[in-house]
Amino acid sequence: MGKRPAYSNLCKAIEAGKFVITGELEPKKILDLSEILHGAEEMKKTGKIVAANVTDGPQGDAYMCSLVPSYLVQEKVGLEAVWQVTVRDRNRVALFGDIIAGAVLGLKNILTLTGDHTALGDHKKGRPVYDIDSTQFCEMLSIMIDEGTDYEGNKLEGGKIEMNYGCVANPNSNPREPEILKVGRKVEQNVDFIQTQTAFDIDEAKDFLKDLEQFNVPVLLGIFPLKSYGIAWYFDNYIPGVSVPKDLLKALKKAEKDNKGNKPAKYAALDKINIEFFEPFIKEIKKSTKAAGIHCMAVEYERLFDPLLKDF
Amino acid sequence: MIITQLKDIEEIYGYIEPYNKILIAGCDGCCQPPRSVNEAKLLGQLLELKARTKGKDLKWKAITVLRQCDDRIAATTVRPLVEDYEAILTLACGLGVVMMNKVLPQKLTFPTQNSMFGGAQSNGENNFIELCETCGDCIIGETGGVCPRAGCAKHLSNGPCGGMVDGMCEVRGYTVPCAWVEIWKRLKEFNRLDLFKKYRGPRDYRTSTSPGYLEVYKEYTNIEEEKEEVKG
Repeated sequence: MGKRPAYSNLCKAIEAGKFVITGELEPKKILDLSEILHGAEEMKKTGKIVAANVTDGPQGDAYMCSLVPSYLVQEKVGLEAVWQVTVRDRNRVALFGDIIAGAVLGLKNILTLTGDHTALGDHKKGRPVYDIDSTQFCEMLSIMIDEGTDYEGNKLEGGKIEMNYGCVANPNSNPREPEILKVGRKVEQNVDFIQTQTAFDIDEAKDFLKDLEQFNVPVLLGIFPLKSYGIAWYFDNYIPGVSVPKDLLKALKKAEKDNKGNKPAKYAALDKINIEFFEPFIKEIKKSTKAAGIHCMAVEYERLFDPLLKDF
Repeated sequence: MIITQLKDIEEIYGYIEPYNKILIAGCDGCCQPPRSVNEAKLLGQLLELKARTKGKDLKWKAITVLRQCDDRIAATTVRPLVEDYEAILTLACGLGVVMMNKVLPQKLTFPTQNSMFGGAQSNGENNFIELCETCGDCIIGETGGVCPRAGCAKHLSNGPCGGMVDGMCEVRGYTVPCAWVEIWKRLKEFNRLDLFKKYRGPRDYRTSTSPGYLEVYKEYTNIEEEKEEVKG
């Protein structure tokens, strides 16, 4: 990249050479944000999580927009947000308007995404937008931040946008080459960081990270601790391109069955499985790849943070 | 060709319920599957039966038009008949419905079809596939002959997206190939990944702003001028 300053804590931590960890919060179809804020507080308490991604209508569902929860997480909890913005629901005019609004609210990180198609969500009859794609969105952000204008070159008055933005990459992509070439196009649009979709296969993840090294952009590898067998099953079946290892699925199912009716024991068993799987996974990523860190998508699974992240 | 799908018979009957005598016009233009005089007759018989169940004696006549989207052809074919009927049903695509209402303003013309897309016939079967969405800004020259606008559910200019799994698209349950993987395969085959890697900027949607309008003679203005010069 043309070396944009690190405006966000996330990018500052990456620049300082720390192994950074980001978390994830998912505002849903709910007016009460106390769970989101509680999740953010738990992340902050760990002292390990530098920022939390706030999702924007994942799986194409109609959820609360990510702007306000991102702001509240920063304002009320004091944890930096990685504001996820998809191009599914807004055209370039609305995106511009939202981005400067986010800048005014003090948001520092944007994660650009295409967004799951509306056909996958709970408003299947809706018309998706996709006026610009996520690569073009990166170009638009570069112009807004680095040149201080809108996408058409009209000057933005009253100050400078101080934000960093990233893009996503999918380690599960098959075939992989078009995915890598696409990430290359996004990197050309001056992204500050890459966060990846979740990986379960360590060899595949390492291989993918190796492929991304050529771009010289910090990469946070996505992991998804599995809070329950149900979530694991859903993830395995409904999240594009993600398959949960069969052994892991089996172990989760068994843990739930063996501890039926005994919540504390069930939680302990599930946590143990996750820690046994992900702790060595993260260690291996930290030790033998150039990844800048981990994006830990333990949504509504705050109790795992401390035991899982204690050594990082 | 324009791919159309027959509307539900209830909806069609709803349009003509107030009338006793209707003209049903097929179209021999580019509608597919065929929407000609035979299909018009079949629809007439169905509507007649439907009317009978409601105690009504529906009179109808089936004809066909060479191309309903051509104002002169539509007008000259249908105008001699139009006074004898209370309303017109057309089997043409949306173009035909609008054109018939335009050139025969003395009667209401109702649709019987949903116009789906500009499509091509696939495998010689009765399967039709959208290969071009007539966007007014063709980039197929850069994408190995595969259109990422008609072919990609998200109309991406810089794909593939994260919804691609094993080369298939997340929309329609991974049954349709990802256009961007098809593009990649094709360009790789011809050693033209330079085209795949190329960043494509945001699209200019003015090329597809409705209503579309094209004055063909303007495309050939230069040729006309040259002719004038020769004459002179």
